Amino acid sequence: MSETWTEVGYAADVPMLEGRSVAFDGGRIAIFRLRDGWAAIDHSCPHADGPLADGIVADSCVTCPLHGHRYDLRTGLRQGDEGSVRTYEVRERDGMLELRVPVAVAG
Amino acid sequence: MLFDALAEPASRPRVLVVGGGIAGQAVCEQLGDGAQITLACAEPHLPYDRVNIGRLLTGEELPALQLRPADWYEDHGVEVLLDTRIAALDLDAGTAATAAGATLVYDRVVLCTGSDALVPPIPGIDAAGVHVFRGPEDCAAIVAATSSSRRAVVIGGGLLGLEAAHALATLGVPVSVVHLMDRLMERQLDGPAAALLAPAMADLGVEVLLEHATDTVLRGADGEVTGLRFSSGVELACDLIVVAVGIRAQVGLARDSGLAVERGIVVDDRLVTSHERALAVGECAQHRGVVHGIVAPIHDQAAVAAQTVLGVDADYAGSIPSAKLKVMGVDLVTAGAAEGEHAVVVADAAAGTYRKLILSEGRVAGTVLLGDTRGAELLLDAVRVGAVAEDPLALLADASKATAAELPDGAQVCNCNGVCKGDIVSAIREQELGSTQEVVAVTRAGAGCGSCKPIVAELLAIERGGAAEEATYLCPCRKQTREQLAAIVRTEGLESVSELGAACGAGHDCGACKPGLSYLVSEICGNRHREERHARYINDRVHANIQNDGTFSVVPRIRGGVTSAAELRRIADVVDKYEIPMVKVTGGQRIDLLGIRKEQLPAVWEDLGMPSGHAYAKAVRTVKTCVGSQFCRFGLGDAIEVGVDLESEMEGLYTPHKVKAAVVGCPRNCAEAYVKDIGLVAVEGGWEIYVGGAAGATVRKGDLLATVQTAADAKRLALAFLQHYREQAEYLERTYTYLERVGLAAVQEAVLDEELQAELLERYRIAKSAADPDPWRERYAPVTPKQFSALDTEHDLVGPPTGVAR
Ligand code: SRM
Ligand SMILES: Cc1cc2nc3c(=O)[nH]c(=O)nc-3n(C[C@H](O)[C@H](O)[C@H](O)COP(=O)(O)OP(=O)(O)OC[C@H]3O[C@@H](n4cnc5c(N)ncnc54)[C@H](O)[C@@H]3O)c2cc1C
Ligand code: SF4
Ligand code: FES
Repeated sequence: MSETWTEVGYAADVPMLEGRSVAFDGGRIAIFRLRDGWAAIDHSCPHADGPLADGIVADSCVTCPLHGHRYDLRTGLRQGDEGSVRTYEVRERDGMLELRVPVAVAG
Repeated sequence: MLFDALAEPASRPRVLVVGGGIAGQAVCEQLGDGAQITLACAEPHLPYDRVNIGRLLTGEELPALQLRPADWYEDHGVEVLLDTRIAALDLDAGTAATAAGATLVYDRVVLCTGSDALVPPIPGIDAAGVHVFRGPEDCAAIVAATSSSRRAVVIGGGLLGLEAAHALATLGVPVSVVHLMDRLMERQLDGPAAALLAPAMADLGVEVLLEHATDTVLRGADGEVTGLRFSSGVELACDLIVVAVGIRAQVGLARDSGLAVERGIVVDDRLVTSHERALAVGECAQHRGVVHGIVAPIHDQAAVAAQTVLGVDADYAGSIPSAKLKVMGVDLVTAGAAEGEHAVVVADAAAGTYRKLILSEGRVAGTVLLGDTRGAELLLDAVRVGAVAEDPLALLADASKATAAELPDGAQVCNCNGVCKGDIVSAIREQELGSTQEVVAVTRAGAGCGSCKPIVAELLAIERGGAAEEATYLCPCRKQTREQLAAIVRTEGLESVSELGAACGAGHDCGACKPGLSYLVSEICGNRHREERHARYINDRVHANIQNDGTFSVVPRIRGGVTSAAELRRIADVVDKYEIPMVKVTGGQRIDLLGIRKEQLPAVWEDLGMPSGHAYAKAVRTVKTCVGSQFCRFGLGDAIEVGVDLESEMEGLYTPHKVKAAVVGCPRNCAEAYVKDIGLVAVEGGWEIYVGGAAGATVRKGDLLATVQTAADAKRLALAFLQHYREQAEYLERTYTYLERVGLAAVQEAVLDEELQAELLERYRIAKSAADPDPWRERYAPVTPKQFSALDTEHDLVGPPTGVAR
């Protein structure tokens, strides 16, 4: 639905290597500030709804705080099995964070 | 015909291994560089350890079970085709067709297709909510079902069924095992052992229903399972069923390819099937009429099959069945026959132990060990070699005292991976292995169910004369130990996790070690480090314990368990005002408020007007006390006053793992000081200080560190020990494991020496003075933006100060 960018909050509200969640596109999205840019994935862990924005972030992955499933922040793939979360495009514009659903990826 | 090709095999035959289970993997390992291997796996995963699949039910992840890392296959030139089912074999032509339509060419094919879970044809068995217990997908489905399950039933009281039931009970689901026969594990156990096993399972929360034949699975309107009906007409309600009645060899491909198939794929002593080009190994193979359902025979078979393929004469003479129950709290090992005309038994019904040796013509033919499995390796070896036993009772008794040193070299230590004592000892010697971790990695002993790891460690200690260096990595990704990292922090004067990461890469790959690095940096810097919240677990970012629904719990500090009417009133008001769903007295003599949203935390803390109890952190938790000499007629010391003091002197400090203490007024020990990390016990004329006690997952009485005359001395010793533990223990090592590892004498040496003790206390004082005694004060000055909220929410406003002294 959202092929255009939507402003969702202040970039300054997401500290380095942490995540914060926000409502977007009918669900909640976790936005992470990485050393080399931003990443955005579903906030809810498909395993048992753990809050992924509260997870520990390393260079390219986040670990769910509830049972330790680990997701690649670029691909959304869960380490070691089939599971995955959706990824979103995220960018910073004039101090604001903007999100959009990747146009290329279907459903 | 193809036999020309077989008579003169190419120097490196092309081998197609069908099935990437333990058997397929074992065949690849045994073939080594002697063959060009293609491994076709129907599953989308690299070979994993099915023996431990049950761990997926209790939180373990599939990668942890993977038998070899992905680059192993590259390094060994094994071409792995995942998600590739072999649909047809043309054995005369030496070709195979995959389900996707590709063609593979081979000189020899080894069928390792394993088995499927057997699903009995009971009406309704296809209802939603009925699962088998075989692969990762089954486990995922069972785990998903447990969150809403109110009652589960496991059909089948064999090894697998008991393991599944125990896992469900551990997950908190009430569970019954329904078994057709009149005793559990009838294939491995005799009557008396089975009779002891049933109550042992009951103690673990598993209800056992014997002689119950399931007649029908009952379904609700939406197709969901609602219960079972037995042949007696009795019904049992449940919403989750795990079927674990047995396995059925996967022989379809073999049969369609024209191979002789009975219960399994028929093989001869060379593991060759009815077609010379094809071999079979593992659960799919039937050798001399026997189809095994355990791992140990697979390794014996794979070794022979590989030799056959490589043109070396070898014979497989069969394996002796053995079984080990992987249920924590029930030790059970069996091998060979469970019953026979000549048998000796040593049993203690009250203690729940049963040790039996079965003999046949003067030789050991089987053993059953329940509740007391000491000497199992020695006895298993006796069964395997058919040892002559002139005095079987003496053999049983001697086995229970045998140490690893006394095992014969041929004794199999690791039954999962078929590793003998001799293999382990020579690997330690030749490759100069120094840690259990290394020995497991090199020999694969202990890489299966892990139950033999203590023996591996014992062998290492014997070989190394006690000089074994147990490397536990604080950052496993970069193979950095705590000591290596500590050295970097010290020599480079680092003050934060980020600096440490920049210096050596620790914490960059998976991030799991960051909380450990945080602790290390803070400890070395005496709490004058640069705090980074990204390196802390969520609990330590918001100073509350995260719960399964993403809300948090709040436990205010109630020193020594002593509270007041005013505090209780405030707690009551907070519960009302924030509509807190649960308020409960904890096992730590204080009060827990559960189900609080992150956004509510600052305001809740403000209204409570009490400091943090650190119930969410690896830190000093509680000092429990009994009423002591202030009230109790037996009291020898003032436990309340000493406990409250000790708690305020210890609180606020982060530790390698949580630390819990107790102070009691006499050896009646009403606040459980003997089983705390630190326990003070008033005795006639002084105080005893116990350390390293535990009564959680492990129960251990603390070691008596010293007896002193005054309460002040006792507290001083407690603090010196605490600092010693803070400096020396591995991250996430409780005091009870620390004491087991280094021994009491080492701790006494470090803590009782006057000079060393003074230094410990000085470093303790420095660390304590820089520690934040109450992180809940961050409600006034959050350390990160949106610390207690999401991007699009705000945390509740902290109301006007309540005027309560803090
Ligand atoms: C709240 C409490 C249960 C209660 O309602 O009474 C509790 C709750 C939890 N305990 Fe406990 N333990 C509680 C007293 C105990 C006790 C009894 C005691 O402290 O005297 C023990 C045995 C003593 C001990 O620590 O060994 C205890 C042994 C454990 C263990 C096993 C530790 C071990 O090595 O044996 C764990 C698991 C762990 O630490 O890995 C654990 C872990 C947990 C966790 C933190 C699980 C988690 O990671 O989320 C639970 C948090 C529940 C939640 O969502 O808030 N809890 N737990 C108790 C809080 C005490 C307090 O006031 O701070
Ligand atoms: C819960 C549980 C607990 C257990 N506990 C123990 C224990 O404590 N001790 C013990 O010794 N044993 C135990 N076992 C048994 C042990 O796991 C098995 O004996 C062993 O894993 C069998 O290995 P396998 O390779 O022969 O078969 P499998 O593991 O079944 O592997 C066969 C593989 O071949 C694949 N395959 C099948 N057909 C094709 C095809 N046409 N093309 C390509 N691939 C194909 C399958 O998908 C599968 O991946 C346990 C088993 C379970 C389920
Ligand atoms: S509170 Fe403690 S005992 Fe109860 S479920 Fe949680 S960890 Fe287990
Ligand atoms: S909810 Fe994320 S790992 Fe369990």
